[in-house]
Amino acid sequence: MVANNEQKGTLIENIAKFREVGLLGFIIILSVVIQWRNSSFLTLENINDMITNTAILSILAVGMMLVIITRGIDLSIGATLALSGMIAALTVGAFPNLSPILAILLGTLVGLVSGLILGAIISKGGVLPIIATLGMMYIFRGLTFMVSGGQWVSAHQMPESFKGIATGSFLGINNLILIAVLIYVAFYYFINHTRTGRQIYAVGSNPDSAKISGINHDKIIWLVYTIMGGLSGLAGVLWVSKFASAQGDTASGYELTVIAACVLGGVNIAGGSGKISGIILGSVLIGIMNNALPLINVSPFWQTGIQGSIILIAVVLNALVKRGVDMNALMRRRI
Amino acid sequence: MDQVNKKPFSWKGFFLQWEWMLILLFLVVNVINTNLSPFYLDSVGLRDATMTFLDKAFMVFPMVMIMILRDIDISVSSTVALASVVMAHLYTLGVPMELAVVICLAVGAVCGLINGLLIVRFKELSAVIVTLSTMIIYRGIAYIILEDQSAGSFPEWFGFLGWGYIGGVPFILIAFVVMAVLFGLLLHKTTFGRRIYAIGNNPTASRFSGVQVDKIKILVFTLAGVMAAITALFLTSRMGSTRPNVALGYELDVIAMVVLGGISTAGGKGKMIGAIIAVFLIGFLRYGLGLINMPAQVLMIIIGLLLIVAVMVPNLKPKKKAKGKPPKSQDEQIAG
Repeated sequence: MVANNEQKGTLIENIAKFREVGLLGFIIILSVVIQWRNSSFLTLENINDMITNTAILSILAVGMMLVIITRGIDLSIGATLALSGMIAALTVGAFPNLSPILAILLGTLVGLVSGLILGAIISKGGVLPIIATLGMMYIFRGLTFMVSGGQWVSAHQMPESFKGIATGSFLGINNLILIAVLIYVAFYYFINHTRTGRQIYAVGSNPDSAKISGINHDKIIWLVYTIMGGLSGLAGVLWVSKFASAQGDTASGYELTVIAACVLGGVNIAGGSGKISGIILGSVLIGIMNNALPLINVSPFWQTGIQGSIILIAVVLNALVKRGVDMNALMRRRI
Repeated sequence: MDQVNKKPFSWKGFFLQWEWMLILLFLVVNVINTNLSPFYLDSVGLRDATMTFLDKAFMVFPMVMIMILRDIDISVSSTVALASVVMAHLYTLGVPMELAVVICLAVGAVCGLINGLLIVRFKELSAVIVTLSTMIIYRGIAYIILEDQSAGSFPEWFGFLGWGYIGGVPFILIAFVVMAVLFGLLLHKTTFGRRIYAIGNNPTASRFSGVQVDKIKILVFTLAGVMAAITALFLTSRMGSTRPNVALGYELDVIAMVVLGGISTAGGKGKMIGAIIAVFLIGFLRYGLGLINMPAQVLMIIIGLLLIVAVMVPNLKPKKKAKGKPPKSQDEQIAG
C-alpha cells in the first residue's frame, strides 16, 4: 500500500514538476494534428505570423503573471491598452515627425501613470483588486472615448515611421518579437535574481509571513500594478501600430485572453507561483488556437466558447494537480 | 439581554448609517438633475425611466447575498445573454412561448448551479476565476447558438413584461418591488439569511456550528442564475429581439450598485435596502444625465469613480473610529 501510494504520489509530483514539458508536448501534438488537417499551418510564413501576433499577448502576460502571483487580478488592462494606444496615436497624428521611440515611451508613460493610480487604490485604499480594476476599466474606457471624441484614428492619419514599429524588423526578426524577447529576459532576471522580484513571490505565497519578515507588502502590490500598467501602455502602442487603427473599444475583453494565457501557463490563480517559461508556452498555445481554428474550419463563433472551456479546464486541472502534490507531501510526512 | 437591546440604539448611530448617506446622495442627484433639465421632474418621464434601468436590478438581490458570502459572480451578464438567446431560438424553432419562458428560467438556474458547484467543489479556486471562465463559456454558447443573427418577433403578450402597465404603474416596477420585499425578508428575517451573514463573517466557524456552507452557497448562486434569467425575460421583452451580445457589461453595473449600496466586499456586512436605494440612485443619475445629452462615456467614468470611492471610504474610516470603539466592544464581551 505504502509503495503504491508513493508511486502514485511521485507520478503526480512529476506532472507538477514538468508541467511545462507537458504543455510543450500538448502544443506539439496539437500542431501535428492541425498540420495533418491543413498543410499551410507549419509554413515559415505562418509561424512567423503567429509568433508576431502572440508577441503583444505575451508581453501583457508577463505583467498579469506578476499581478496573479500577488493573489490579485487586473481586469483594466484592455482599457489601459486602449487609452495609451489612443493617446500615442493622436500624438503621432498631430506631430507626424515624432520619433517612434518617443511614441513608445509616451504610451508606456500613460500606462505607468494608470497603473500607479490603480496600484495606489488597491494597496493604500484597501480596495479589492477585482473591484478596483473593474472601476478603473470603466474610467479608462470613458477617458479613451473622451480623449478621442468618439472618433477612430485610422491608418492614413499615422505616419509610416509609427506603423513601422510593428512591421519593421531588426536583423531579420520582427520588432514585436524582439521587444517581447527583451521583456522576457529582463523580467526573468527581475523575478528570479533580484530581491524585489523574490519579494513578489513571498507576498503572494504568504502575505502574513511576508509582512512579519519585513517585506513592505503595500509597496510590492503597488509596484506590481504599476509594472502591469507600464506593460499595458507599451502593448497599447504596439497594438495600434500593428493594426494601424486606434478605436475607443480597442482590445475590449482582451484581459480575459491574457488571464487565459497565464492560467494555461501554470500560473497559480491562488498566488505564489508562476514561471516565465510557463507563460511563454501559455501565450503560444493561445496564439496557435487563434491562428489554427480558422485554418481547420472551426466557425469563429465557437472560439469564445472554446477559449472559456480551456481556461476552466486549465484552472481545474491545476487545482487537482496541486491537491495531489499536497496530499503526497502529507503522506510522506506520515511515513 | 435587556442591556444589550438598550445600548446599541442611538439616534446618532442610526443616522450615521450608510443607507442615510445614500438617501442624501439620492436627493442630491435629484436636485442636481432638476436644476440641469426642466424636463426631469415629470412624473410620466420618471415613471417610464424606471422601465429602462430596472431590468438589470433584479440581479442586484442575489448579488447582495453573494457579496455578503465574500464571493462575487461576474458571469451574470453572460447568463442573461444565454438564457435570452436559448429562449428566442427555441421560440423561432416553434416551441410555444410559455414553454420557452420556463426553459429560459431553467437555463438560468443551471448556469447558476454550475457556478455554485464549481466554487464549492474547488475551494482553492476563487469565485472570481470560476465565474470569469463561465462568463466566457456562457457567452460563447450564446454565440454558438445564434452566431451573428438576432432572433425575435415574440407574441404580443410577451411584450407586456417590458412595456405593460398595471393601473398606471409599470409592470416591471411592481415586479421589482415584490421581489425586493421577498428578498429583503429572505435575507433579514429568515434563518437562511442569518446563515448567509454568519458564513460571510466567518466561514470556518459557521461550518463548525453546523451551518451547511456548501449547500447555502450553491443555493445562492443558483438563485443568481434564476434572477439573471428573469432579467433576460424583461430585457428581451423590452427590446423585442435578442442577440448573443446583449447585456454586455451588466455585471459591472450590478456590482457597482451592490457596492455602492454599502455591502462590504470583505463579506458579512450590508443591507438589502442599501442596494435598492443604489439601484434608483444610479438609475436616476443615468436618466438625468441622459436628458442633458451627457455622453455615455462620462457616465461610465462617474460610475467607475463611485464604485471605487464607495469601497475606499469605509476602508479609510476604521483608523479614526478605533479610538472610540473599545468601550463598546467591552460591553459586548460582558453581554456575551
